[in-house]
Amino acid sequence: MDSTGVIIAFYVLAAMTIGSAVSVVVVRNMIHAVMGLIGTFAGLAGLYVTLSADFIAITQILIYIGAISILFLFAIVLTPQASRNNQESFLRFPALVLALLVAGVLIFVALDNTWNLSHAPDFPETASTIGELLLKTYVLPFEIASVLLLVAVVGSIVLVRPEPVEED
Amino acid sequence: MSIHLEHYLIVGAILFSIGLYLALAKRNFIGVLMGIEMMFNAVNLTFIAFSRFVKSDQPLSAHVFVVFVITVAAAEAATALALAVMVYRTRDTINVDQIDLLKW
Repeated sequence: MDSTGVIIAFYVLAAMTIGSAVSVVVVRNMIHAVMGLIGTFAGLAGLYVTLSADFIAITQILIYIGAISILFLFAIVLTPQASRNNQESFLRFPALVLALLVAGVLIFVALDNTWNLSHAPDFPETASTIGELLLKTYVLPFEIASVLLLVAVVGSIVLVRPEPVEED
Repeated sequence: MSIHLEHYLIVGAILFSIGLYLALAKRNFIGVLMGIEMMFNAVNLTFIAFSRFVKSDQPLSAHVFVVFVITVAAAEAATALALAVMVYRTRDTINVDQIDLLKW
């Protein structure tokens, strides 16, 4: 965490992440907002790489950039006029105040606390250990997650399927 | 000068607040969902940062937890966007201020 490359990478990726996230708030076209969201996800994938979380970084790119962003794009083009508009509602100022308060409290706690730090080196690679943990210690949540995904997939198909036409 | 845990926690906190603002203030239901996804991501970043920097017997447990969070986030996004499309079909709007059928 001391090499110049990591420091530069951290600041560039953090600026990219936060900048894209702000662009999601300010742009007026929802398609552009999705582009900002993709930028946020990509910046986070880079931040995971600086934290030597290789498996999570690849998962982030595959799932978030490859699947969830495309899902958002589909939802936007399936809801034509209504989704061009990215305006704020009347709750804009209370929400801004609340978000600033939450940010303030979280940053204060992060800086004020003394964490139980370790000075271990970077993980050499994480995928094999994650696989072992998933199939040994966390095998029950793993199975439940597969059922959850099945329910979500079937549920979304049932929800968006057009009404069946009566044949007689 | 080097990068510490606090740097990542601050990025996570800012990202969480932006997501919270999106989820609370956007008029468009899809914008609200974007805010929720952003909050999930902020929490994931915090998990990974803690797993890298904080003393623990099995630091990679945080990575497993993040895998589950991503799974649940994907399921949630698929279901919620299907709901958005369905609400648009029946009511011709996804403005959260106008979806008030159950409002007394």
